[in-house]
Amino acid sequence: MIELLSEDRCINCNLCVSVCPTNVFDRSRMGGAPSIARQSDCQTCFMCELYCPVDALYVTPLAEQTVEVNEQHVINQHLLGSYREAVGWGKGRKSTASSDQSHIILNKK
Amino acid sequence: MTADFHFHTDVLIIGGGPAGAWAALQAVKEGAKAVLVDKGYCGTSGATAPSGTGVWYVKPTSDEQMKAMKSREALGGYLAERSWMKRVLDCTFEQVNELAHFGYPFPVDEKGISQRTTLQGPEYMRLMRRQLQKAGVQILDHSPALELLADEHGVAGACGINNQTQETWRVEAAAVVIATGGCAFLSGALGTNVLTGDGYLLATEAGAALSGMEFSNAYSISPAFSPITKSAFYKWATFYYEDGTVIEGAGSHKGRSIIARTLMTQPVYARLDKADERIQKAMRLSQPNFFLSFDRLHINPFTQMFPITLRFEGTVRGTGGIHIADETCRTDIPGLYAAGDAATRELICGGFTGGGSHNAAWAISSGCWSGKAAAAFAVKQGRNAANRHAKGLSEASGVTKSVASSDAADTKEMIASVQREVFPYDRNWFRSEVRLQDSLMRLNAVWNELKNGVYDKERNIVRSRELAAMTATARWMYTSALERKETRGMHRRDDFPFMDSKQHYRILSGGVQEVWARPLGTKSSNHVKGVI
Repeated sequence: MIELLSEDRCINCNLCVSVCPTNVFDRSRMGGAPSIARQSDCQTCFMCELYCPVDALYVTPLAEQTVEVNEQHVINQHLLGSYREAVGWGKGRKSTASSDQSHIILNKK
Repeated sequence: MTADFHFHTDVLIIGGGPAGAWAALQAVKEGAKAVLVDKGYCGTSGATAPSGTGVWYVKPTSDEQMKAMKSREALGGYLAERSWMKRVLDCTFEQVNELAHFGYPFPVDEKGISQRTTLQGPEYMRLMRRQLQKAGVQILDHSPALELLADEHGVAGACGINNQTQETWRVEAAAVVIATGGCAFLSGALGTNVLTGDGYLLATEAGAALSGMEFSNAYSISPAFSPITKSAFYKWATFYYEDGTVIEGAGSHKGRSIIARTLMTQPVYARLDKADERIQKAMRLSQPNFFLSFDRLHINPFTQMFPITLRFEGTVRGTGGIHIADETCRTDIPGLYAAGDAATRELICGGFTGGGSHNAAWAISSGCWSGKAAAAFAVKQGRNAANRHAKGLSEASGVTKSVASSDAADTKEMIASVQREVFPYDRNWFRSEVRLQDSLMRLNAVWNELKNGVYDKERNIVRSRELAAMTATARWMYTSALERKETRGMHRRDDFPFMDSKQHYRILSGGVQEVWARPLGTKSSNHVKGVI
């Protein structure tokens, strides 16, 4: 579930508001960072993390449970932005779709 | 109905997953104008975008194709058709190669061969959105459709709302493609919470039929705590009781019933201890999201046991859906087409899921065919076809569109009552007449209650439509399941444990107020009244 929107990192681009398929975020009316307005609608699909250009979002893998997430803690553990890095999205990175090895898994009986 | 925004177009596509995207691209290619509406965001919405999926991509030689066609015929209870499988294999091969032209970065193996049997969802759907934009398709995100429009000539568009602004929209179109996906009843399986059967309700309100709704009880293995459904990886798992002893016979493929039975009384654990180092590395490179569940909780899935569950995926990974009348993917209603998981996949899978691979191939193929046919239908009608002052159809269901006051039944509670009928393994995985009748009785009561209007303090009108669609879907599922008095494909009847050669047919269903199901080609039907 979405647990963290880092206001330190957020550049108020509102991309998360646009791309979230279940409309979890609300645009700020004052021009600041968007808010996690409907956390319980989050379907834990991690798509917002992938689209966030500054790695300001953190989604825990817990689908039905909320937990306290400490921003500094997830930064220290290299978890903030780790999914975007793993798929190779972002400036200077190469999409890891090109190193997909599913064919090895699928062909192995 | 007056709307805040009006659009006129040739083809309206409802749903922006792979099927809808391919349909829109093809419609434009045929010279039609296209508008695509998505309940969420075209590019991230649906079951494909957040996951990785296999594709039924097979070399177009007769040997390879024959092998592919034969491989799952028995599993599907011999309800698939070779002619359809062949068409899908041909079309998928061609269009996946087109994806490479679009710029999809297919991996190249150690022999230098481009491997095109899997797609990374985020990459694939981001690319499809770009293609749609390039092609000039107008995309309306966060814009769920609430009803179809029609006149005496057939379907003529749809009306809906923007979830974020609450502004209403009306798209008048000469043809409509429904590509809204299946129904997973908000089970939380990865990416499926937008898939609430909305398209079935739209189609049946227009009088279309469904097919194979008894094949609607797919469940996928996922960690108990997380939404990541990736049953294929559990081929390398051993399954354990809490005390660490092995559950004999449990497996991701053939032994899934044993897992379901065990889960009815106690937790089940898994450990991917059959994966060697090479497979472990390949898994990580193939499915980055699979490892999020573990890395972020500091679990090593190859060495540590973790609790698993079977998450309900309903018709998303089932094979039932909107009945297809012919190879253009039209329904029986003029101007209305269906594609992807919203349509029946029995034609290529029969009664058992082909997994992501067949569904992905079907989304591509049925998307292309429906988009092409809808465009031809629209263009033939000429420019005035989209200007018919057609009427909304949602009244057909008898479900009020207005939002009830706070003393009415609460949407959340009613969704939970529908889920209680479709999630439990002892109702849906293992079925029997007594339990199906019992569930239907309660589902009919939910239906009668929601007709009077439901209360939802947040997204009222969309949520109440979703609730109606899920309730209706559950009724079609169980009415069809009662009609099939045998075990075939994924439909397992405790009271009829064997396949009956006399029931080698498809079962159609439909009706909104009054639900019916009957074998294809017959007239007598098993009616379930919506009014007590």
